[in-house]
Amino acid sequence: MAKKQYAFYPGCSSQKGASASNYLTSVQSMCKVLDIELTEIPDWNCCGASIGYAEGGELPRHVMNARNLALAEKALPGQQVVATCAACWLSARETKERLAHNSTLFNDANEALKEAGLQYQGKVEVRHMVEVLVEDFGYEELKKPVVKPLEGMKFAGYVGCQTNRPFGIHGESFENPVYLDHLVEAMGGEAVPYDQKVTCCGGALAFSEPEKSQKQIKDIVESAYDHGAEFIVTPCPLCQANVEIYQGEVNKRYGTKFNMPVLYYSQLMTLAYGGSAKEAGLDGQVIRAPKLEAFAAKK
Amino acid sequence: MMSDLNAQAIKKYGNSFLKEVEANVEEGEWVKMCMQCGVCSGSCPFGPHWAHPPQEIFMMIRAGKREEVLTSDSMWMCTSCYNCIVRCPRKLPITHIMHGLANYAHRLGLAPKNQPTRVFAKMFWDNIVKTGRVNELKLSLGLYFKDGLGPGIKTALAMKDIGLGMLKAKRLNPLELVKGHGCKDTKGIHAMLKKAREIEDRRKGFAA
Repeated sequence: MAKKQYAFYPGCSSQKGASASNYLTSVQSMCKVLDIELTEIPDWNCCGASIGYAEGGELPRHVMNARNLALAEKALPGQQVVATCAACWLSARETKERLAHNSTLFNDANEALKEAGLQYQGKVEVRHMVEVLVEDFGYEELKKPVVKPLEGMKFAGYVGCQTNRPFGIHGESFENPVYLDHLVEAMGGEAVPYDQKVTCCGGALAFSEPEKSQKQIKDIVESAYDHGAEFIVTPCPLCQANVEIYQGEVNKRYGTKFNMPVLYYSQLMTLAYGGSAKEAGLDGQVIRAPKLEAFAAKK
Repeated sequence: MMSDLNAQAIKKYGNSFLKEVEANVEEGEWVKMCMQCGVCSGSCPFGPHWAHPPQEIFMMIRAGKREEVLTSDSMWMCTSCYNCIVRCPRKLPITHIMHGLANYAHRLGLAPKNQPTRVFAKMFWDNIVKTGRVNELKLSLGLYFKDGLGPGIKTALAMKDIGLGMLKAKRLNPLELVKGHGCKDTKGIHAMLKKAREIEDRRKGFAA
């Protein structure tokens, strides 16, 4: 298999000791097997996430993203930018699109970038890691390295918002995207039908107005249980964090007894490719997944 | 200062709030395209929490209800899930208009002072600008202690299970309080953002 190279935009939450550090661990393990070379964009900055608009406004927010794209164009010419975080991908892509269609914004952004000694040309493509998997590899190719299929395990594929809307993965429906289910199946697992797969987790409001977002989280986890899932799997760091770490709070508020592990697709892939629990970042789960830990330990 | 900006805007646009929104709010020129079908309001996961869902906000803008719109807490209910955008039959960039309205109201000093998402959003931006990257620990603690030490300790205690869980999973590092992640070229980032703000203020009528 030819080695594929990308300019990597890991995003804040994937840093060491940050909330999605286990995501990065598993992505690195997965990429090793698939022979994907990720080179971090030097000195990348935060994308502003979905909540940055309020104080940041329009141009400052786009400039933050344009800086990353300009750095990629400069340091890693010809390579596409790949983000693992849904918000990073969305923000960077949105900036690329907006600046491409609005010459005033494009020129304004470059005037600001000049202050940091940079220039954005608008050449670089922005993609999410799942786009790379689905489009540059395809399910059949992803299946090849599977040595331990996740047989008999049931996953609720939780796609959430920002890898699904407003751009989405090419060819997928906004209401019922199926790429995550196909990824689960390619790894030998069972993707349960599940009616909350694109429900919003509450996003940043999980921090600021928890009583409202916890209703969202309750509906998502409840539906996963109702459809017989043992695990939830997602491509988004904020979906993962919100749906995993607030289950205890949801239990207090609603008298439920939720305790469902919430994983990343890259963790499943690492395990199916024969990786250890540590390589899959399973030690980074707040709600541990003992069944998967046992599976990983099995030769 | 802020009230000056507000007075200035009122003087400039008179009773045409729609014109004001078109000129100063991100993607505001789309507001007049709304045909009042209500799909956005019906699709919003936080629909039940809005005093005025998006469809109503658009009509209120056209009806010149400036004060009601800009002081509303409605726009702050947007979680950026983009459901409204993909379903809108006229392809209005509704999420962005909501963000733009929230930002405009905030910049004019009219947004509700204690709206928790407004407070959090400001803390978030200030947090990322400092070093170029989010410091999750400082951000969470800042949010807990936003109303002072007493309520802060209470919230922190109520949330301690979450904190401990994250700590145990090595997804929260106490050292972030002293030496957090950050970009090397913070100087360049600050200069760049200062310039971006200047340009935006000039274009959107915020310049004094």
